[in-house]
Amino acid sequence: MDYERLIPKKISDIQPSGIRRFFDIAQRVEGVISLSVGEPDFKTPWAARKEAINILEKGKTAYTANAGLIELRKTVCNYLKDFINTEYDPGSEVIITVGGSEAIDLAIRAMIEPGDEVLVPEPSFVCYSPITTMMGGTAVPIVTRVEDNFRLTAAALKEKITPRTKLLILPYPNNPTGAVMRREDLEAIAEVLRDTNIVVASDEIYAEMTYNGEKHVSIAQIDGMKERTLVINGFSKAYAMTGWRLGYVAGPQPIIKQMLKLHQYCIMSSPTVSQYAAIAAMEKCDSDVKHMVEEYDMRRRLVVKEFNDMGLPCFEPEGAFYVFPCIKSTGMASMEFCEKLINEKKIAVVPGSAFGASGEGYVRVSYAYSIAHLTTALDRIREFLEEHKK
Amino acid sequence: MNTNKLLDLLRQDARLSNKELAVMLGETEETVEAEIKRLEGDGIIMGYSAIINEEKVDEYGVTAIIELKITPIKDRGFDDLAHTIMEYEEVDSVFLLSGANDLSVTISGTSLRNVALFVSERLAVLDGVLSTTTHFILRRYKEKGHIFNEDNFDDRGLVSP
Repeated sequence: MDYERLIPKKISDIQPSGIRRFFDIAQRVEGVISLSVGEPDFKTPWAARKEAINILEKGKTAYTANAGLIELRKTVCNYLKDFINTEYDPGSEVIITVGGSEAIDLAIRAMIEPGDEVLVPEPSFVCYSPITTMMGGTAVPIVTRVEDNFRLTAAALKEKITPRTKLLILPYPNNPTGAVMRREDLEAIAEVLRDTNIVVASDEIYAEMTYNGEKHVSIAQIDGMKERTLVINGFSKAYAMTGWRLGYVAGPQPIIKQMLKLHQYCIMSSPTVSQYAAIAAMEKCDSDVKHMVEEYDMRRRLVVKEFNDMGLPCFEPEGAFYVFPCIKSTGMASMEFCEKLINEKKIAVVPGSAFGASGEGYVRVSYAYSIAHLTTALDRIREFLEEHKK
Repeated sequence: MNTNKLLDLLRQDARLSNKELAVMLGETEETVEAEIKRLEGDGIIMGYSAIINEEKVDEYGVTAIIELKITPIKDRGFDDLAHTIMEYEEVDSVFLLSGANDLSVTISGTSLRNVALFVSERLAVLDGVLSTTTHFILRRYKEKGHIFNEDNFDDRGLVSP
């Protein structure tokens, strides 16, 4: 067999993510204390787990409608009306997907063909560019800078728009920086986009995790933007349901209709038990979410303060559950820093470069861990810095 | 100052420094220090102790929970006997219970023989004690929120996006 000839070049050319490469390194070291996990340390709230058990006992295990249970779509629409003050029709403007990831995949696949450009603010989550490349499109990074609080600015956006631009990914609250876009920042972005034919794929998976009293604002809420925005969210982070694989996308019917075709042929329908559990999560677990967010907030303050105190300037994140300290003062590149830290102190943090070239000079630290775990790990990082002081 | 949050944090880990507590609660170190002093003064925080996995300590001895049925005294209820028992140095805790038994008494760090002697010579003979039932703790699985099982590791991967 000549397997190489079987695989299209655009597939074999795709590189495994930098996170994957670092994972391979981390796995070779024993007894690692990880600060590298991008998922909650909480268990799924009991009400959601109980509903799943109930549904299994009743044997409700058949496929659902392609777009997902209508009850869940209605629940999602109620949630969006309440949370981002935006109304969607459960019958035609929402798809329940296999995680937010599938929603991102559907959005890009439904819209991008060779020659098209997708704007991707960086540093950011790792999947937007490879999917664009697979569709023959071009991912155009827009560098965000710590000076701008890692927000996307109207000026930076304008600079990258060309007649070929079709889609803007808006990944806020941001993984890995923890940056959020405030209403005034979104207004400025909307101002640039309003007269174009560009669609925004707004990846809001961390929307429930915002701090400092700033409530999440979606670009879909800004005047004239709902018709050009796909709101992508899911249950993984807010309800600690990563393994249930459930997310959703809400947006204009003409795009949703096309995305639904892809979803139908590729997935059929999202996991049924997860869908029922998700209804319970949205309807009964507000207090659990509140509790988790309060916990994250306490850890966030602690971790930011500790990094700043140990001499690694750390931007104060207002969302998600990551901090993104700058390690340039050590004179090391981010991959080098992370490799040495794991080999010498058995602490795993992710090199910022895994999230795009502009993440070089930073590392991503997750605080989805217990306080005891965090303080132990921070002590070791402090030791590491002392030992490498020049 | 969110006192409940402060208490929650101390319940999880009483060794967090005032500085760490202050950062997490968004308060000054002085405010936290003063609040802890107040809680201690008001008898809300009664002390700080370690949670020890006694199975791993050589010759630590056994722990027993002894449940007692007792006769309440008019106007005094169960308090007199509870006070007598709590004065014994061997005793770790004394609780008044609802249900079939009345008092629960815990003693730890001793031998089977000492527990037997303690029950027969010091508890059972007290006026008003009708019966005793002694339970030895065979294994600890979880105590004050801490799971003792070593397999209780983080089942999330080491690194994920």
